[in-house]
Amino acid sequence: MAEFRALLRRDTALMWQRRGDAAQPLLFALMVCVMFPLALGSEPTRLAQSAGAVIWVAHLLAGLLVLDNLYRSDLEDGSLEQLLLAPVPLPLVIASKVLVHWLTTALPVLLVTPLLAQMLFLPDGLLPVLMLGLTVGSLLMSLIGAVVAALTLGIRRSGMLLALMALPLYVPVLVFGAGSVWSAAQGLPWLGAIWLMCAGLALLLVLAPWAAATALRLALS
Amino acid sequence: MPAAAAALIEADALCFSRNEERIFGPLDFRIDAGEALLVKGDNGAGKTTLLRVLAGLLPPESGQIRLQGADFARDGFVQLAAYLGHRHGHKAELTVLQNLRFSAALHGRHDEALLERLIAACGLAGYEDTPAGKLSAGQNKRLSLARLQAGERRLWLMDEPYANLDLAGIAWVNTLVQRHVETGGAALISTHGAYAAPAVPVRTLDIRRSAAHG
Repeated sequence: MAEFRALLRRDTALMWQRRGDAAQPLLFALMVCVMFPLALGSEPTRLAQSAGAVIWVAHLLAGLLVLDNLYRSDLEDGSLEQLLLAPVPLPLVIASKVLVHWLTTALPVLLVTPLLAQMLFLPDGLLPVLMLGLTVGSLLMSLIGAVVAALTLGIRRSGMLLALMALPLYVPVLVFGAGSVWSAAQGLPWLGAIWLMCAGLALLLVLAPWAAATALRLALS
Repeated sequence: MPAAAAALIEADALCFSRNEERIFGPLDFRIDAGEALLVKGDNGAGKTTLLRVLAGLLPPESGQIRLQGADFARDGFVQLAAYLGHRHGHKAELTVLQNLRFSAALHGRHDEALLERLIAACGLAGYEDTPAGKLSAGQNKRLSLARLQAGERRLWLMDEPYANLDLAGIAWVNTLVQRHVETGGAALISTHGAYAAPAVPVRTLDIRRSAAHG
């Protein structure tokens, strides 16, 4: 546990040093939600219809933007080798990295989501549904992303490949997540989609760190 | 050499190939407690690859590695050995002290006095709060070497430890290795051979690509 704390402290300190990079997803999501009404027109009813979907897509793409940073700098300066050879289980190292990554890149976007929802005239009743779905969904996407980023780590300039591999895996999360908002807007039961995402989260919390660990070992060999 | 005590690390007909091209091997060697193995070879001879294979970062093509008589296992390796790669292995954004504290904590050590001692010994006293990225290449090497000691492992795998160091630094590395070996440790040092070896029992292993012989 002390090792886990040390890992968390190190990654948080690093993120603080690179806070400009960490702010990227936040700015990206903000820009999407500013531009969208300019393109669609500022009619509140029309915006309200698509608000949930736009915010979901903004979240998804914003997360993708910084995914490659997850292990890249550790690979380049040799820290990853040291982490692989430390007396700490590699899945634990990955779990701590994903947690810090989520806290520093997804959580800020999550925190401004109520503001984004206001900008896009999302009906008030839908905000809790959206927030709940995004919380579970962003964790899911971070865990999926950790595996995909590990798989593509061996390739330089893997940005395009990373996106190509991650997006299909994000699709179910997006379908269920944005679907829950849509169902709630129609007055239909929406909790089912959230529960399904929670089930996926339970599965990935157990599997993703191990899968990513195996992929990392391969990437370094 | 009596076979009574198992060697700290032992290689048996170890080979490694990349894309069907033999990088090194077959190699046979052993390192016992209290001695150093100097791996000599020209640039591109496969020294770094050998060290990465020994550390379990690359799977060998054939042959065996044994640690203290047992088959190679990651858990056994991380308890026994510390690895100094040719890249620093610490973060440029973090300070000297932060980097060292993290490495020590990763190995279960939380002794601030030890950290101060290591920093003083590697000649970085006064730079505790300087980000590693602001240090020179030689100073970064010194920090890596301090980190190598933080885990207090018996076997040191050192990839070109002399690179970037001044004469005093090279002498310091030699004293480090000597003290480590004299207290029951062992070291594997890869070098292209232009430096003086530490004053300890040394075995030498020459690895060259067969093409280099011709």
